[in-house]
Amino acid sequence: MMRRAPQGTQAIQRALSLYRSFSAQQPEHRLTDLAAEHGLHPSTAHRLLGALEAGGLVGRNRDTQGYVWLPEGGVSGGERPARRNGMRLLAPLVTPFHRRTEALCESGAWRDWSGYACALSHDPLPDHEYWAVRNTAALFDVSPLFKVEIVGPDSERLLDRVMTRDFTKCRVGRVIYTSWCNEDGHLLQDGNVQRLEPERFLVSAAEPCLRWFGDCAVGMDALVRDVSADLGVLALQGPRARAIAEAAIRGVDFAGMRYFDLAGGELGDQAGAGRGAPVTVTRTGYTGDLGYEFWVASEDAEALWDSLTVAGAGHGLRPAGLLALDMVRVEAGLVLIDVDYVSAAHAELEALKVTPAEAGLGFTVKLDKEADFVGRRALELERERGPAWAMVGLEVDWFELERLWSGIDLRPQVVGEPASREPTPVFVPGGSQVGQCTTRFFSPLLKKYIALATVQADVAVLGTALEFEVAVGYGRRRARARVAKRPFFLPDRKMADGSAAGAAG
Amino acid sequence: MTEGVTEAAGTPGGAPERRGGHFDAIVVGAGHNGLVSAAYLARAGLDVVVLERAPVIGGATLSEEAFPGFRYSVFSYLVSLLRPEVIHELDLVKHGLFLVPTASTLNPLPNGDCLFRESDPWRTYHHIARHSRRDAEALSEYKLEMRRMGHLMFKLQRAAPDELAAAVAGHVDENPGQISSELSAEVADISRYFLDLPKQRRRSFLQMLTMSSADFLDQWFECDALKAALSSSSIIGSFLSPRTPGSAYVLLHHYMGEVDGVYREWGFQKGGTGGVAAAIASAARGYGAEIRTDCPVARVLARGGRARGVALANGDELTADVVVSSAAPQVSLGRLLDADDVPGGAGKGLRDRVARWQSAGCAGKVNLALDGLPRFECMPEPGPHLAGGITIAPSLDYVERAFDDAKYGGFSERPFIDMIIPSVLDPDMAPPGKCVLSCFVQYAPYELAGTTWDEQRDAFGDAVVRTLAEYAPGIEDQVLHRQVLAPPDIESIAGISGGNIFHGELRLSQLFLLRPDPAAAAFRTPLPGYYLCGSSTQFGGGISGGPGRLAALRILDDLLRRGAEAR
Ligand SMILES: Cc1cc2nc3c(=O)[nH]c(=O)nc-3n(C[C@H](O)[C@H](O)[C@H](O)COP(=O)(O)OP(=O)(O)OC[C@H]3O[C@@H](n4cnc5c(N)ncnc54)[C@H](O)[C@@H]3O)c2cc1C
Repeated sequence: MMRRAPQGTQAIQRALSLYRSFSAQQPEHRLTDLAAEHGLHPSTAHRLLGALEAGGLVGRNRDTQGYVWLPEGGVSGGERPARRNGMRLLAPLVTPFHRRTEALCESGAWRDWSGYACALSHDPLPDHEYWAVRNTAALFDVSPLFKVEIVGPDSERLLDRVMTRDFTKCRVGRVIYTSWCNEDGHLLQDGNVQRLEPERFLVSAAEPCLRWFGDCAVGMDALVRDVSADLGVLALQGPRARAIAEAAIRGVDFAGMRYFDLAGGELGDQAGAGRGAPVTVTRTGYTGDLGYEFWVASEDAEALWDSLTVAGAGHGLRPAGLLALDMVRVEAGLVLIDVDYVSAAHAELEALKVTPAEAGLGFTVKLDKEADFVGRRALELERERGPAWAMVGLEVDWFELERLWSGIDLRPQVVGEPASREPTPVFVPGGSQVGQCTTRFFSPLLKKYIALATVQADVAVLGTALEFEVAVGYGRRRARARVAKRPFFLPDRKMADGSAAGAAG
Repeated sequence: MTEGVTEAAGTPGGAPERRGGHFDAIVVGAGHNGLVSAAYLARAGLDVVVLERAPVIGGATLSEEAFPGFRYSVFSYLVSLLRPEVIHELDLVKHGLFLVPTASTLNPLPNGDCLFRESDPWRTYHHIARHSRRDAEALSEYKLEMRRMGHLMFKLQRAAPDELAAAVAGHVDENPGQISSELSAEVADISRYFLDLPKQRRRSFLQMLTMSSADFLDQWFECDALKAALSSSSIIGSFLSPRTPGSAYVLLHHYMGEVDGVYREWGFQKGGTGGVAAAIASAARGYGAEIRTDCPVARVLARGGRARGVALANGDELTADVVVSSAAPQVSLGRLLDADDVPGGAGKGLRDRVARWQSAGCAGKVNLALDGLPRFECMPEPGPHLAGGITIAPSLDYVERAFDDAKYGGFSERPFIDMIIPSVLDPDMAPPGKCVLSCFVQYAPYELAGTTWDEQRDAFGDAVVRTLAEYAPGIEDQVLHRQVLAPPDIESIAGISGGNIFHGELRLSQLFLLRPDPAAAAFRTPLPGYYLCGSSTQFGGGISGGPGRLAALRILDDLLRRGAEAR
């Protein structure tokens, strides 16, 4: 029991009761909600929360502007909260699936993804998670994606104005993969947009985009809202994804869903009784394989995880982490923001900014659409004179690897390395630098060393011989590579019609 | 045709089938080695036909749905020896090669304990340290030393001149006569390499050629269960126990296996090992080779001291300048070859030697369809241990006793069993919730004393299930279907005389230039134009494609030189 507080300490009492609203279950609150809950004027609540913040008891979430509980602040009796990495005031956030992934994460290896702790791999090594994507099925927690909801009569018009793709052609029940640019036609981000209702869209992206869309919406009747923390998202990817999804979710015709279709269903198998939690299903993913993504309210996240894992038991389903995801996405030839290209929003040098075409996303730019979208003028000019850079796939064959390693009398030492994100120069054979390789790894599936690289447009011709540096033993050697088709791996099942392809597709 | 050699021509989809007719090359047997040879020969532009006696291709690489919904990898089950050059030169990934890596090795022990080794080295260290800290430390050094041994074998086994490989790849376009006649350059390289090795390593190598694996492992380890576990690879498919001199070589043979440059990795072909044969066949057809099944070859035809073609069992005759056989020596150099056709009267001696070729099978295969995953007493719950190899070889004495039974013509009452659970590695192998278990079992001698396999097959199957139940109680009630294959079944289905999985024991008297016979080494036979390309040649058995490839290179080299002489 709390002792009764002496008189004259109203402010302290109020601050304490505000502080008690925070808990492990509810670590974040918005100012307006707190004020309403405690019957305080927002400015009073603001002042009191400011005091708590100064005392290290709560912090601010920079993206949502919400107040976040700092548990260490409480236990250490008013001392400054423990700092992490010397910089971070916030403890890593966890996704709504964290209790499940944590229980399965035998490696104990976590990586920060937009401030959230995500498993690098659950096993000590990522190999089996990687193979699960191509052989059986893998389950990825991709909740740290930023999610922005756009609602209102002008929502379509807003997206059509912001995005490079034509949103007048986006039907309800479809997802569109698109880029968006600044006025100079420089790429800000790429991401998926779901059309959930005629006047409701959901954008998912790797980095924050609330402010950009909000600014673009000035004068339009469209509400732009960050719902990142409200939703849990799982990606189920691999040849067995359909069979598992069918057993875990009802009310969705998985066989009838086409690539980039969207559908609503509920948790539970077909025979199950009662109402299950609602779930939105999209036939999308970041692996280049057959797969679906599931979007649920955070409070239903664990139920979703449980349905899918129970259904997946006989199908070889494995929880998979970021290392495996990073490997399969290279095979799929998919670029990653801030690894393979730099967003114009935070490129320190003008020279680092790229257009969608230069990032390999030229196919998302629809200059034949009607709307005057952001960056259109610049992209039209680019189309006339051609892009300066190109994103290409590079491939080093096995015999070249043998040649490189025979120099130190070893077999090629390439398996088991996660994808390297350390940029490395690309050369014309024996000559000067023409670009840089941004992601590379040896694909155990394709049995080739594959890479994504940004090179001068004139050498970006299929089959062109180039060279890039690889580490061989303690030295560095130039590997002979060839410009190859992206995606490196494209199984029929990825986009095939489900009714014909069957589970093994 | 010699012009064609420089051009890797190919007609996708294969040539239309002809009855009889003339070919540049005839390949006897559509096991994986025969198919590899056919693919290389066709890729060089030759008109090639493969003739297989069985109704299906694959030989010992065979998958089938023997029980509805359950697929067995009937004989061979894991891939490691498959040469990367075969994979890449024939583009097998494109044709369906898909090797899922195994996760671990589990050796259940009788007291409910186990030895467990995983791909993560530190975890393995701590698992082994429970039994012996000393051995846990020794294991990583041992592995490094064995990788070096494997690397040496890799060099030895690759002894085909670089020029040959280049000729096939189409890089040598001028004067084919310049191609060196002997393996001289490469061999010189290897001997120099060997002499340059540290003394210690040279000694290890000689030990491995001659010692018993038990003695060899004694130098490294103190824990008997670990020695038994590591000795498994030294007896696989061989009529040897870990205490028989020569068994260390069999260990070495398996250590030259790799997946993508990593020695000692094993992979499971999705769908079963039949998929390996299917991928090679698809590549061969892509280069224009024709493959005929249900087509047993009765005899190799010879005229004027050269092979001229083959006669089929149905009397049809096919002619060709080159005949190459992947069948075991008893067939290739025995039944198919008329001793009188061999020039210089050497046929009779060859025939007598081949009759003494050591190739009586000693291993069987028991494939089980189960109602659910087996529950091993040491680790009852599902986990990564079910996605790897599981071996019943709890002690050296246990294996030795299993061998004792076989020495006197009985199968082992409590056998050595090397298992994998294919359906865990690849759910396509069994319906969800069910499982297939692949058991490679020793010892099961080809000939039983005083009885026959037809009488004993079930009893053998029972002995296997009974033994499994000692480590996985209740497994006997999970069995939905079982397929029991003894050496005579390997002989009748895969067509391997004697049922020896390697087409002949891997012992020093039957290796390198003695394999399968001093007069038929390095892929040539004493009958010009007639070649060998199966597991009984240099490189030996296992799913490697090594013999098939090297034989094809040898043939192409000979053809180039003949062409050059004729000019
Ligand atoms: C039970 C078992 C388990 C094994 N496990 C493994 C393993 O896990 N990993 C591994 O690497 N290796 C394993 N092996 C060994 C490996 O499978 C063989 O060494 C290899 O497949 C042999 O290939 P091959 O092409 O040389 O010969 P085969 O596969 O024997 O092919 C020879 C072919 O010739 C045909 N033939 C014979 N006579 C004639 C004729 N007169 N006319 C026409 N055709 C004819 C046969 O029907 C057969 O198809 C195993 C073998 C067995 C039997």
